[in-house]
Amino acid sequence: MKACLMLRRLCAFALIWQLILSPVMAQDESDTPLQDVLQTVQSEVANPSRGTVPAVLQALMAADAPGTVDFLRTWSDREVYERPADGLFFYATAEGSSLTLIDIDTGAEVATVTSRDVSQIRPNAGVRREIGASLVAFELTHPDADRRMAALASAARSPDPDQLPAIRAARAEEEDSAIAARMDRLIALLVARYDQDSTTRVEAIGALRGDVSTPARSVLNQLLATRADFAETLPEDVNIARIKTPGEDISLSAAYAVLVGADLAPAAPGRNAIRDALRANVVDGQVGGVPVHQLDNDADRIAAYQALEDAGIVPPLVTEADVADAVSQYVFFDAYLEPDAAVTTAAEAARSSTSLRVSGYQFLSLSLDALSLASIFFLAAIGLAITFGVMRVINMAHGEFIMMGAYTGYVVQTIIPNYTASLAVALPLAFAVTFLAGVVMERLVIRHLYTRPLETLLATFGISIALQQLAKNIFGTQARPVTAPDWLAGAIQINDLVSVAAVRVGIFVMAALFLLLLLYILNRTRLGLEVRAVTQNPGMAASMGINPDRINMLTFGLGSGIAGVAGVAIGLVAQVTSEMGANYIVQSFMTVVVGGVGSVFGTLAGAALIGSLQKGIEWFNPANTLAAQTFMVLFIILFIQFRPKGIVALKGRAAGD
Amino acid sequence: MMKKTLLSAAAITALMTAAPAMADCPIKVGVLHSLSGSMAISETTLRDVMQMLVAEQNAKGGVLGCELEAVVVDPASDWPLFAELTRQLLTVDEVDVIFGAWTSVSRKALLPVLEELNGLFFYPVQYEGQESSRNVFYTGAAPNQQAIPAVDYFIDELGVESFALLGTDYVYPRTTNAILESYLLSKGIAAEDIFVNYTPFGHADWSTIVSDVVGLGAGGKQVGVISTINGDANVGFYTELAAQGVSADDIPVVAFSVGEEELSGLDTSRLVGHLAAWNYFMSADTPENEAFITAWHEFIGSTDRVTNDPMEAHYIGFNMWVNAVEAAGTTDVDAVREAMWGQEFPNLTGGMAVMNTNHHLSKPVLIGEIRADGQFDIISQTPEVAGEAWSPFLEESASWTSDWQELECGMYDTATDTCVQLTSNY
Amino acid sequence: MTIMTSPETITPRRSFLRDNPSVLWFMGLLGLFTLIVTLLSEGMGMGVISTNLVKILGMTLCLCLIAIAMDVVWGYCGILSLGHFAFFGLGGYAIGMWLMYARTEIVIRDSLGRGAIPPTEREVSEGVASQIFGVVGSSELPLIWSFAGSLPAQLALVVLVPGVLALVFGWLAFRSRVTGVYLSILTQAMTLALSLYLFQNDTGLRGNNGLSGLQNIPGALEVPQAVISVWFFWASALALGLGYLLFAWVVSGKFGSVIRAIRDNEARVRFLGYNVEGYKLFVFTLTAVVAGIAGALYYPQAGIINPAEIAPIASIYLAVWVAIGGRGRLYGAVIGAAFVSLLSSWLTGGGAPNVDLGLFRIVWTDWWLVLLGLGFVAVTLFFPKGIGGLFDYLVRKQP
Repeated sequence: MKACLMLRRLCAFALIWQLILSPVMAQDESDTPLQDVLQTVQSEVANPSRGTVPAVLQALMAADAPGTVDFLRTWSDREVYERPADGLFFYATAEGSSLTLIDIDTGAEVATVTSRDVSQIRPNAGVRREIGASLVAFELTHPDADRRMAALASAARSPDPDQLPAIRAARAEEEDSAIAARMDRLIALLVARYDQDSTTRVEAIGALRGDVSTPARSVLNQLLATRADFAETLPEDVNIARIKTPGEDISLSAAYAVLVGADLAPAAPGRNAIRDALRANVVDGQVGGVPVHQLDNDADRIAAYQALEDAGIVPPLVTEADVADAVSQYVFFDAYLEPDAAVTTAAEAARSSTSLRVSGYQFLSLSLDALSLASIFFLAAIGLAITFGVMRVINMAHGEFIMMGAYTGYVVQTIIPNYTASLAVALPLAFAVTFLAGVVMERLVIRHLYTRPLETLLATFGISIALQQLAKNIFGTQARPVTAPDWLAGAIQINDLVSVAAVRVGIFVMAALFLLLLLYILNRTRLGLEVRAVTQNPGMAASMGINPDRINMLTFGLGSGIAGVAGVAIGLVAQVTSEMGANYIVQSFMTVVVGGVGSVFGTLAGAALIGSLQKGIEWFNPANTLAAQTFMVLFIILFIQFRPKGIVALKGRAAGD
Repeated sequence: MMKKTLLSAAAITALMTAAPAMADCPIKVGVLHSLSGSMAISETTLRDVMQMLVAEQNAKGGVLGCELEAVVVDPASDWPLFAELTRQLLTVDEVDVIFGAWTSVSRKALLPVLEELNGLFFYPVQYEGQESSRNVFYTGAAPNQQAIPAVDYFIDELGVESFALLGTDYVYPRTTNAILESYLLSKGIAAEDIFVNYTPFGHADWSTIVSDVVGLGAGGKQVGVISTINGDANVGFYTELAAQGVSADDIPVVAFSVGEEELSGLDTSRLVGHLAAWNYFMSADTPENEAFITAWHEFIGSTDRVTNDPMEAHYIGFNMWVNAVEAAGTTDVDAVREAMWGQEFPNLTGGMAVMNTNHHLSKPVLIGEIRADGQFDIISQTPEVAGEAWSPFLEESASWTSDWQELECGMYDTATDTCVQLTSNY
Repeated sequence: MTIMTSPETITPRRSFLRDNPSVLWFMGLLGLFTLIVTLLSEGMGMGVISTNLVKILGMTLCLCLIAIAMDVVWGYCGILSLGHFAFFGLGGYAIGMWLMYARTEIVIRDSLGRGAIPPTEREVSEGVASQIFGVVGSSELPLIWSFAGSLPAQLALVVLVPGVLALVFGWLAFRSRVTGVYLSILTQAMTLALSLYLFQNDTGLRGNNGLSGLQNIPGALEVPQAVISVWFFWASALALGLGYLLFAWVVSGKFGSVIRAIRDNEARVRFLGYNVEGYKLFVFTLTAVVAGIAGALYYPQAGIINPAEIAPIASIYLAVWVAIGGRGRLYGAVIGAAFVSLLSSWLTGGGAPNVDLGLFRIVWTDWWLVLLGLGFVAVTLFFPKGIGGLFDYLVRKQP
């Protein structure tokens, strides 16, 4: 089926190619109107499917009516309509719900109808890919460089040896060096995969050594595709990839199942088959002489079955010895689909020389992910590091400050439609909003509870519950996005294996800036000095003329404000919900505690540790991300057992206790 | 033996609870959808639809000459509360039918109560199947009405040979993926070409998983993603897809839990071409759908609100129930149940929905591509597919079937010709 | 029948009861309450109280039991544990496994027994597994279900699992002198880890779906829920009565003085030669076990248990109840749990009428949590003694 599809497409393709190469033919367009040609394949055009479209393309190319290429493009763009009344096809211009139909051949306006009088033909992505591939030859020489690039991508997506001449021809004409380079690569890949000449292919495959790009690796993998097979003796004429020893490379039962599948061995009756056989052979309350009530265990069931077997009623049991014996008569192996051994050897060599680099890049990619996660954790936790770490105030509503920041970002975005401008407004505004919220909370609640840390914990819990519900009441429970501006929307692509979303880089930069800013404020400014003084000895600080109330208020505001900014940043990569704060609060406390309370560097170390740990566990168990989170929390609990003061433990008086 | 006692017990409770309803006006319709908590966003809409349908029916003169009265309660996305309120609706409010629930876990929570008290329940959401309760009519899609046609589309139309099954870690994705894995193997897809990953609810960190999926492309096969990712997590997932530049041409994603409502908060311009499979899309161009949307916009007082698949399910379910009550001439649960079998009602997308004796609907399956305006282009519509209560692709249920009319059993083992149990497994 | 909870039958020490008149009061009130509910219930009495309400009241008694456990560990011993609801959930899971397994086993044996030949044990256990785990896409019975068929084993696990977890966790935490807010956060992390763990389907406890259909009691499948609900109400009342007695006794003697001293100044108690860690570990573990028992009684009434029940927020609510009710007095915890949880289910259950203020409509389902949160802040700031503190005024007025 597939081969036939492929062939048909090849034919269509060859026809198009002929069309371009021979100008004589191209001038000598047939006079049949396109509509008439389309009517010969009416239902396939009206209901396009990947299975039928090659035939349509072939028919259209063969008839070669004027405007065929334009029709194909329009069809693919879903702008062709069918009028069910007479089955004719039209182009159309839409105005509201009414459509003006345009004749395909003459371009004349035919009629104005409603959308329900005609049906819009919507070729799916698979069909469009086929159409795109058939148009590659035309598009490759299109004056618009973007169109040429798109055509190349389309050709690469469905590689086809018949495209080679068209691409080679286009390459000769190509002036844009970037496009030319891509054409060269595509040609090389096509040669490696499809060329007739073995040495040319081996050479082309050699050139793919160390190439970590996805198309190159996929060509190698396709060349090395194998099928499992077996035979009585190893056949000479196949390209053997490896021989599988039963019991080692392939389990005995699997090997036996293969033989059963090929009708070379009797199927072993399983437990269910035995049960069904016994059930079918109950005679006078007995099966094979065993009373029915005894058949509630496997041993008696097998005995009864053997009795039936001896009577010749049921197929024989297959013992392990039978299995081993049957399997030993055959040799099991994997064979390459590619018959040319020279090619597969070269491809194996190329692949193994690439694999090391691939794992290297994969590790790099994972590390970048970990770095990105760590910078998010850091941003989420750094505000807490100030309030908890420096002031020793437990703020369980910290997560809700993150949420407030994120919602600020969302609200600003609904007011200012330009994403860049809204982001530029949202960041300082989020800081201001949460700074204020922090100050209000400090004044109203926390101030009264400085001597009672557990009560602070409780009171801020209350605030957290209230804020969360308030957010639900205002914004609803649906997740809201903070959309990144276009310049932050893409990815920074190092190669096909390593790419980082630009937003994540942005967040990393932001985290780094905040680290520096905070270090500067705490260590180099008057405020920082006063904060440290008040933290270490409020009484002494007050007697030196520092107003501890003011300092506490400002510090708390600063910590809260940073949480707000973090909220905007997190909103860019994840969803904004009323519960997002709760997702970060425990993690943030862990980050601070693991890193070492009271130290900005500690928080950094904590975030780095937790981020890389989580990614590490995810890598070991990629199928279950939830497990990674569980193990991480467990690890942290254990870690605190052994290093209760965290990674960066403060010493001396600053340690406080 | 047990069957008999159970049946008679059920009959007695039926007599006790449902008998007075025959004469009673108004006829009460229980609406059991979360109006607060995490599921409120999805379920509140369904409450509104039910109120609209009840009001429309009353305008048409009610049922059996009685006014309909909607009894709305709020289970607050709290699963035990679903059981509690079901008991309250059936015993205190004495409703004649309940429309409600969204998540599978809430359905499983209320099932024992429903079967104990012999209530009548309509469940409107696509679900994992593997259930056929005597007392529930499933108007949402079973896996063979959503997941399997979507996979067929991937294989036949998009030529996908390597599958990434990404899901949130709960029962619907787990069961659906188990069915799909077995189905894909039966279609000749090799086990190593099936990548499965589960993430927690509300998962936010998608970079590694998306890279893993992109990395599958190195196998040289067309990669496709089957997403059963639920709710909030989709925002992060699609954002990351867009950020890593994964276009629908390279790696198409088909989602079973993402509809008009879920997309309404997202910037869909970067998601154009990705897919979703449902039994209904708002963009369906039929007179019925147009009337439904107009009525909905009028009722809710805003033309911005979208319609979606579970809303259509309630629309079909409610109208079938009305017709069944009219046919039975009573609201007695057992009489209505029997009248429900074979009920037909036109779909909003064209064609006719039929209620089968396994309590599942026959409905067409639609596949849509996401458009920049947050709506879907319907690119494939199958004829009506009958919902399967038990998947033939799972070993343990391969020989099971459900037929409440002939076999009078929802979990019937055809291998042994016995009814495994008359209640459901919760 | 309900007289079993009345105080006359349980009289460990006369002097203890004389010293603690509140215990007698409590026992009397609880007995009376049980009697009234029974007489008015649908299953046993006049049918004024619906089965639903009996279940709610029974569950509330269980919540009161865990609240007094929380009060002992926090109000008396000063350990603000944010993990006791996790122990509660574990108790529920332990009993839930038996309820599910045994009920399914009856169904399966019945179904397979109707075949031509009797089933093997393996077929039964496979049948049970595919019934229980079929809905989560699996048919294997996980290892942790090995004892699920045995009621005594699962009852032992109700006590053992929370007990051992508390013992190990407490030992690790107290040994490294993790105290105060650090300990609170650590217990919260433990709860988070546990709920994340249970959310995974791979855990073998049906992930997000949890265990359901727990209201059907194997062996009593034909008994109507109206009756079963009263049985569980009695069991809950009995457990609460015994728990109250146990904790009142624990906190009244010398032991109680020591743990209160630990709350007030841990270092000083240590210098006096007491094994502070031992005391804390004992209280932590004992309360965890009681929490587990409370959970084992709660979930068969709720009918379903799933990991969302164990989420950290549940343990926080527990602290809120105790704080609002009044820390450091057992009846305070009971009042707080009963008052807040009943009020909460009344307001969020749509039972309360919404208040129309003209411009603005107070929808209780939306605003209840905001009120609760702010109310909690107010209690912390202004009424640290909670509702129970009001009794002080009453007592003081009578000379």
